[in-house]
Amino acid sequence: MSNKKQNQGIVNRVWNFFSSITLAVVVFSIISLTSIVGTIIEQGAEPERNIKLLSKFFGEASPTVFRILDSLGFTNMFHSWWFIALLFIFAANLIICSLDRLPRIWNMVKEPIKPISHDVLNTMPIKKEMILKEKLDNAKTTVESLLRNIGFKANVHIVDKGLQIYAEKGRLSRLGVYVTHFSIILILIGAVIGIFFGFNASLNLLEGTTSAVAYTRNGKEIPLGFEIGCNDFEVSFYENSDTPKAFKSWLTILENGRPVKINGKEVTEIDVNRPLRYKGITFYQSSYGFSPTKDSLFKFSVTSNNGKEQDIQIKFGESFNIPDTNIMGKVSDFSPALGIDESGRLFTYAEMMNNPAVFVEFTENGKPKYNQWILKRYPQTWKVPDGIIEFKDLWGAQYTGLQVRKDPGVWIVYLGCIVMAIGLYAAFFMSHRRIWINLNEDKNGTRIVIAASVNKNKAAFEQKIEKLSGGLHG
Amino acid sequence: MDSSQFFGISSIAYILAMVAYIAYLVFKNSTVGIIATTITSVGFVSQTIAFFIRGKEFYDIGQMGIMRAIPLTNLYESLIFFVWCLILGYLIIEWKYKNRSFGAFITPIAGMALAFIDISGMDKNIHPLIPALQSNWLLAHVTLSFISYATFAISFATAIMYLAVTTDNKKSGAYIFWTVTLGIFLSILIAMGIDFLTFKIVVKTPEAFIKSYLFKATFRSSSGMVVLFSYALSGVFVFLVWRYGYALKKLIESFSISYELLDDLTYKNIAIGFPIFTLGGLIFGAIWADQAWGRYWSWDPKETWSLITWFVYAFYLHARFLRGWRGNKIAIVAVIGFVSTVFTYLGVNLLLSGLHSYGGM
Repeated sequence: MSNKKQNQGIVNRVWNFFSSITLAVVVFSIISLTSIVGTIIEQGAEPERNIKLLSKFFGEASPTVFRILDSLGFTNMFHSWWFIALLFIFAANLIICSLDRLPRIWNMVKEPIKPISHDVLNTMPIKKEMILKEKLDNAKTTVESLLRNIGFKANVHIVDKGLQIYAEKGRLSRLGVYVTHFSIILILIGAVIGIFFGFNASLNLLEGTTSAVAYTRNGKEIPLGFEIGCNDFEVSFYENSDTPKAFKSWLTILENGRPVKINGKEVTEIDVNRPLRYKGITFYQSSYGFSPTKDSLFKFSVTSNNGKEQDIQIKFGESFNIPDTNIMGKVSDFSPALGIDESGRLFTYAEMMNNPAVFVEFTENGKPKYNQWILKRYPQTWKVPDGIIEFKDLWGAQYTGLQVRKDPGVWIVYLGCIVMAIGLYAAFFMSHRRIWINLNEDKNGTRIVIAASVNKNKAAFEQKIEKLSGGLHG
Repeated sequence: MDSSQFFGISSIAYILAMVAYIAYLVFKNSTVGIIATTITSVGFVSQTIAFFIRGKEFYDIGQMGIMRAIPLTNLYESLIFFVWCLILGYLIIEWKYKNRSFGAFITPIAGMALAFIDISGMDKNIHPLIPALQSNWLLAHVTLSFISYATFAISFATAIMYLAVTTDNKKSGAYIFWTVTLGIFLSILIAMGIDFLTFKIVVKTPEAFIKSYLFKATFRSSSGMVVLFSYALSGVFVFLVWRYGYALKKLIESFSISYELLDDLTYKNIAIGFPIFTLGGLIFGAIWADQAWGRYWSWDPKETWSLITWFVYAFYLHARFLRGWRGNKIAIVAVIGFVSTVFTYLGVNLLLSGLHSYGGM
């Protein structure tokens, strides 16, 4: 018996601990303050970077300070056990605080408005009195229609020598705060599901290659359960600039070595804001890179002067023929980003394929004839005396950087976001408005007493009541 | 005329309006007040025209349709939009409460943002959209974020006014808090003004403006003496604001503004800003991040600071409704909320690195 009592005491104490607002304030503050540290210390960065940063504040002590911060988990703070524990305490606090207050609010929400006595009426925060020069029945109709005009549905309660009309709106809005709190819990549940049952990984795929795995930040392989291949990758630029306009990858999903159709197509085009989803795994375009190999292919479309066209794919150092002529072209130099400096010298200005260019040496029957730089982005460089050499691509040289994610909790997070929007709307832009109007027969007509209450934004409601009583004067 | 000329007109108008509103607060001359409102309105109209012209210019450069031509893609454009929202909010308050004295407190925030644009040497050119920004979420996320920032800025101004009206004991914590905050704010504004004068008048080459001149004439000067002197002078200035700050109380009261009204305005702006910030800043931001980066939340400094700001305002609301906090304590929370907002907006871009790098300079 006494044991049970003691247990209850502990339960109560734990409950009281978690339902206290002081705890909420403490947790809010600790999360905020540690987060500030977490935004200053670069997360998951090389130690040198942070030591350099710390040396601005701590001078020579910075390696020691860094070691202390590192052992406390501040260098990967948002995934450290204590920060996650803080988030859990925050969630527990939120749930128990809400449960603690919910019954009282629930009682208000489940009970529709009731008529009230004259004494209670007098205590209402908004009150107005007037005489209407009309009979009780007419007055009743007028009041009802005026209520309807401001969107209230009238109920009638008959009392001695008169009646009380009462109406309310937005009773459910009292739950707005709790809906908002609930949505935070939903989002946290979604996040936890994502952490336990999902993964975040990345994958660099060279054009023309496939992979059945992706890699986490720690280098761990994650099997996808299918293969993904990159058919092509391309960066397009705004005219005459190096500002990228779009990064695009053309991807294919393969099951047992066979391409799978997605939305009716074997090849799916993705770009930065348009990922590819397959079997719960999403592939996002996140970066790209350039790493040419011996097998990379130069793709040309060659047109002779008499209009004959031919598509050509060759490797570095190989030759091709301009149709209907004896002219051979050989790719003898390449620059991923050909630029020209003030003195007219050519140079490579970037490591990516910002402005790919090939140097082609042309020969006729083995004798050198002419040579030329041909730039992919500049059609005016494609023209040679014996035809047009369109440089279409260097294929198999760029890789696409994909972010690979599986997150079965994301839909709960989205649901939580929608619930939060609804909750916030109810909490901030709706209010519980109640009106009671007593109508009593009087020698000059009908005596009207309006009483009203609202749980927030009183001024706006007072204006409505003003409008209503204005209608009664007229 | 192109958009930069209209922006120029509006910048000059807002800075003149700031001076006029402060003059009006001090001298209570109703003609000055009318002039202040007129200048502000002219600035506002001019800025609105500029916004549309810039949208047109952007449309012509980007060639991506109207939805991809909203000029809200870098720090410069976002600051301009913030000022526009702030002035709109102010004009609504002036019109609704028929009181011009708020102007002296709200227009300096606009003035500060504009001075910051001019002397920080930020890029004002139109750039076509980089791939990450080619999303319909850009519009929803950025506009709603800045509308909420503007409401927080107004709540900051009214909270400072509230504290000015309710405290005059120089030893009380609340008095020290608001005078020091106002003192620092004004010191920064004046330092920016000095930068502006020194470099606009002395350094005339456009190349010289490519580098940031922020505080180069004062706190970040190459001369150690100037730096020392600047800090000493701003210390003295903060001291003076503390010493004579109580004079503001009478000044504001003479405009028949009650502390209840100021408290109510602070609350109302936060009550509008908080849900907009939650939806536009946090939720839409998370959805967009999920679409573009594959992570709805990655504890990027900008995200983390938004969350901190969100916590501060959530605290404001809970303290007010659960604890019944009123008065100085709650006004101080509102001031801290805006300081956190400014850091989320500018501090993160200028001082920390992260995924929101296109918001930088």
